[in-house]
Amino acid sequence: MRKTSTATAFLAGSLLLSACGSSATESSTSTTDATAAAPQTVTIYSGRNEALVGPLLSQVESATGTKIDVRYGDSSALAAQLLEEGDRSPADVFFSQDAGALGALAKAGRLSTLDSSTTGAVLKGYADANGSWVATSARARVVAYDPASAPEAETFTSIDAILDPKYKGKIGFAPTNASFHSFVTALRVTKGEAGAKDWLTKFKANSPQAYEKNGAVLAAVDSGEVSLGLINHYYWHELVAEKGADAVNAKIRFLNADDPGALINVAGVGVLKSSDTQDAAAKVVAYLTSKPSQQYFADETAEYPVVAGVTTDKHDLPDLASLTSAGIDLGQLDSLEATLGMLDEVGLT
Amino acid sequence: MLALIPLVYLVIRASEAGGGQIMAILLRERTFALIGRSLAFAMTVTAASVVTGVGLAVLVARTDLPGRRLLAALAPLPLAVPSYVAAFAWISWLPGVSGFRGAVLVLTLCCYPFVYLPVLAVLRQSDGGAEEVARTLGRGPWSALRAVTLPRVIPAASAGGLLVALYALSDFGAVSILRYDVFTRVIHTSYSASFDRTPAAVLGLLLVLITVCFAAGERLARRREVASVAAGSARPPARLPLGRNRIAAVLATYSVLTLALVVPGASLLFWFVTGLSGGLEWDRLLPALGATTWFAGLGAVAATLAAIPVGVLAARHRGRLATGVEQAIWAAHALPGLVVGLAIVFLGIRMLPGIYQRTPLLVLAYVVLFLPAAVASVRASVALSSPRIEEVARSLGARPGAVLRRVTLPLAAPGIGAGAALVLLTAMKELPATLLLRPTGSDTLATRLWSHTGVGAYAAAAPYAILLVVLAVLPTFALMRLTGAWGEAAEQEARS
Repeated sequence: MRKTSTATAFLAGSLLLSACGSSATESSTSTTDATAAAPQTVTIYSGRNEALVGPLLSQVESATGTKIDVRYGDSSALAAQLLEEGDRSPADVFFSQDAGALGALAKAGRLSTLDSSTTGAVLKGYADANGSWVATSARARVVAYDPASAPEAETFTSIDAILDPKYKGKIGFAPTNASFHSFVTALRVTKGEAGAKDWLTKFKANSPQAYEKNGAVLAAVDSGEVSLGLINHYYWHELVAEKGADAVNAKIRFLNADDPGALINVAGVGVLKSSDTQDAAAKVVAYLTSKPSQQYFADETAEYPVVAGVTTDKHDLPDLASLTSAGIDLGQLDSLEATLGMLDEVGLT
Repeated sequence: MLALIPLVYLVIRASEAGGGQIMAILLRERTFALIGRSLAFAMTVTAASVVTGVGLAVLVARTDLPGRRLLAALAPLPLAVPSYVAAFAWISWLPGVSGFRGAVLVLTLCCYPFVYLPVLAVLRQSDGGAEEVARTLGRGPWSALRAVTLPRVIPAASAGGLLVALYALSDFGAVSILRYDVFTRVIHTSYSASFDRTPAAVLGLLLVLITVCFAAGERLARRREVASVAAGSARPPARLPLGRNRIAAVLATYSVLTLALVVPGASLLFWFVTGLSGGLEWDRLLPALGATTWFAGLGAVAATLAAIPVGVLAARHRGRLATGVEQAIWAAHALPGLVVGLAIVFLGIRMLPGIYQRTPLLVLAYVVLFLPAAVASVRASVALSSPRIEEVARSLGARPGAVLRRVTLPLAAPGIGAGAALVLLTAMKELPATLLLRPTGSDTLATRLWSHTGVGAYAAAAPYAILLVVLAVLPTFALMRLTGAWGEAAEQEARS
């Protein structure tokens, strides 16, 4: 065993000397001389996919004059990594796919408080109440449907419609996905605990088919394997981008604004407390909520902008103002725990 | 020591929970049901993989099967196909391939090389003399193979089987795509839904416990080890004629390879041709290719070097120390890559901050993750040659170091080569730990593949998956040739 560790230590040592010098992640410039000419490096841990935000982050780099290193990963894995790294984390900014991961870091006291000009730039309700993070874009929950087997879904207004026994075994959902969990939280907020549990029990009785994630649910609707699917709207736009509009069979239906099935989920961003480039990191965050970035989300990722006055003609989307969030704090973990508990009780995990 | 990193981490995290909370996590009805499912699943995949792996190795190494050289080289390649890619390829082609049966099929096709490679190495090493003796005693050629050679294959097959079982137990990506709900899902949900690392750690320790039981079972299975004194002067055994079963054997081998390689390959090509995101981004493809080769190559070298002392120790000594070391190496092997990766994040940033998110720490992670594969292969090969040969060398005045260098290791070369190939092929496709630990900004083929499939851009993803398999061909060829596991050198020698 000693031989083992000696050999490995030797190997590790020689690699350290010879191999990697290029990808320095430390940014040693202190915040006091942020105005110095040398560009600072901001390291972003991004749970959002490179294909979606890569071009935007290059844009941020040139607009703010800050060098940006991005580490792409899965939002929840990155959140766990940041929690394990603690105060030594090389990350300055966390760009998350969902509010839950940001909420977890905020709760652990790992996020700095953002400047009120940044949190104030977005629509009301789209920043953390304590200013720990701010939303950068929004997506709506929708019902995807196969027009051949469920044409009536075109006129659905409430999520209760899917409880009809004729859809038994014909509904796809992603029970482990964060966006489904926030939908259930919205159910609890709008219908009360008993009402939500009743809805979930009926839903379970309809034998919904569990898939790994939203994309897989939509693929199943598209192929006619199931008739209805609970997803976020932009997955449909991704599928159209990959297959072409004519080759996509599935359609999506936006439900009534006050229905929990029309919940708005957000992606968001926060600055790590342990970052030694607070000012530069704050500038990056501010840029992500600025008009050019918001226009990017509207045009390129078919998401909803979170500041007023940004519109797009590239995608046919209902106005965000007509879809109101169910008024729940998406980053609130205590509420999430209760949601998971209820799902566990009903047996939908 | 390295192997214990994940355990230390899990104990630290789990100890944050009180006894009551730990019991609450463990006693959930769902936990037990899922453990049962996971165990049944892992055992079925293992049985199927052992049958496939041993069958293929015997046909390739010991019979006059037509095209056996090509088969020998192609058979390990499914190991380079990430199991989640294979799963997606299958389910997008045949949506019915889901649930228990689908998951068993896909995982078996991905995992049988864990058995095939070490068994092939052992068959290449074995001596024809023993079978000839059996034949002079009146046994037919097949009966001699069964009586003399197959028992010698058991240690390699059971070690490979253990690797398969633990892979099946730890896999998350493929089974979730195939919609078969297993135990690892609870661990992943604990991270992704509640961002709570404590229940994940408690459940991880449970997985460690199961692994230790599996490993102990495996040791029992290979209690009857048969070493050969004559290994030093072995000559290749005769190839057995398949006779009338030839056609059946050809059909069986080619259908396994078709299912394991052609189906995912055809799916990938289909995506590439039909998808709109298709196209070759050479400026990303080539660096990813380079990084994959570099990281996985270093991982294979480091894991093999580390495996040699452990493998020799485990094969030659039966003491408590040897057993303990071997057990410790296996203990963390059924943990999902994400858990092992987080353990290395936790300890790496505190103890080795200078190499955090740099190549050496990633290589270290590969060693922790894949050491058991290398050790199993080395151990099985070393155990084949009798310690008597080493004793003779020592009695002739050779020092222990020289005995190891000039006697033990050359005899075990095919097994060492097979072990290195196993690590290389599995490290190339590793995803969760690579995502956490790679140098910021650098990408491997597997991380690019993940990135594209993450937004449903399957056409853009396809070249990366295809390249992973193509990249696997060369080192596999070279390693098998170099170490004689392919048996060409020996056969040529016999012919001349």
